[in-house]
Amino acid sequence: MNRSLVTIADHTREKIEYLIRMAQEFEHHPNRLLLQGRVVATLFFEPSTRTRLSFETAANRLGARVIGFADPKVTSGTKGETLKDTIMMVSNYADIIVMRHYLEGAARYASEIAPVPIINAGDGANQHPSQTMLDLYTIYQTQGTLDNLNIYLVGDLKYGRTVHSLLMAMRHFNPTFHFIAPDELAMPELYKQYCRQYNIRYVEHQDFDADVIAGADILYMTRVQRERFTDLMEYERVKDRYLLKLEMLAKARPNMRILHPLPRVNEIEYAIDDDPHAYYFQQARNGLFARQALICDALGITLEQVKVDKTII
Amino acid sequence: MNNASSQIQSASSLTGKEGGGSARSLIVSALDHGTVIDHIPCDRLFEVIELLHLQDMKSKVTIGFNLKSQKMGTKSIIKIADRFFNDEELNQLSVVAPDVTLVIIRDYEVVEKRPVSLPDELRGIVRCDNPKCITNNEPMRTYFHVIDKPNGLIRCHYCNHEQKLRK
Repeated sequence: MNRSLVTIADHTREKIEYLIRMAQEFEHHPNRLLLQGRVVATLFFEPSTRTRLSFETAANRLGARVIGFADPKVTSGTKGETLKDTIMMVSNYADIIVMRHYLEGAARYASEIAPVPIINAGDGANQHPSQTMLDLYTIYQTQGTLDNLNIYLVGDLKYGRTVHSLLMAMRHFNPTFHFIAPDELAMPELYKQYCRQYNIRYVEHQDFDADVIAGADILYMTRVQRERFTDLMEYERVKDRYLLKLEMLAKARPNMRILHPLPRVNEIEYAIDDDPHAYYFQQARNGLFARQALICDALGITLEQVKVDKTII
Repeated sequence: MNNASSQIQSASSLTGKEGGGSARSLIVSALDHGTVIDHIPCDRLFEVIELLHLQDMKSKVTIGFNLKSQKMGTKSIIKIADRFFNDEELNQLSVVAPDVTLVIIRDYEVVEKRPVSLPDELRGIVRCDNPKCITNNEPMRTYFHVIDKPNGLIRCHYCNHEQKLRK
């Protein structure tokens, strides 16, 4: 059985809940020797320091050894080696491969040819399942449930891979989505169609103010990137409209939490960092537990085994 | 196409030689053993010839171009003696020219007549439109899931990009 993780879109509700329970175990006890004697390879054909550090920390805290590369310039890919050859070679050394690639579909292909499980740490604009898993875990952690939540997505909803994956993964949990974005970066029709197909309610907003935010359980902010705009005048016009300021939280629900996949540039005012609604740094920390769960699951380690694990440090 | 011209007779010369009658009935009835591909849109004929490598064929091939058709105005037809195509070849055909009719003839009898339709999956036939797709950057076969047959909508198995087959 191929235990690779390429996308989370195919996961059932049960599988998502199972992984959340496993991540909870790791949150209680992140330091273990559960993976002692195993080798985890992290192949980053595209640099991503944040994701790589999170995966490598997850492996290290479970006692695994980590090999790999962080910079594609040092690999044979620059000498013309195919992805297949690199994957086959590394499969001889490692028990599992975590890979990030700039080409879409690279992880799917690697999972079809590799004799060891592959974890997709992002393939171009396509999928980034470990981010989705940590988002789901954070939502569950802050709300106590994934069911019937009002999730507000703000910023770049057109190119934002994380919001698309989150939207798809939430389909099992009867959410109501609110889309807040400039016209140029509006949620693509494809995903609105997806919502209709799975009976996911969604509301589109032009305004972004205290009254709109008042209905949110989760306020998921993303970065509005200048390079996404063909019309720079348009960018200048909208860039400040999707800034979250402290006073906009005046009517927010007590349970509301602000998430952001990071890096943040200026879309959340720094004064908000100390507000109890701010949760993006804890969210990033959850990436560690979510990735520990994903690595163990891909290696065939079950929730039961994690629960009775005697290697806790 | 140069080497093909010696092996391919045009429909008009064929009617001339065999003396009148409708081109369609003549071409089909003249075959004792083989495959007829009927109702080919005229602008797809040469693609079909290339796709099935008819120019390399040693057996008798008859091609009718710009023939009258009640169903489609004008059509093209190809008659190939002593040759039967496998599913993969027919799947390819369905991509280039959907809605053609396939007629299989053995001993002057039509033993099978059916439309060629899109399969559920296309392997190695179509290129992915997404330049950042792994299939355009790695020596590998493409793989698509057909998600909407009437509209020819397909989704790349690897990058999830959706595209339309030409209608």
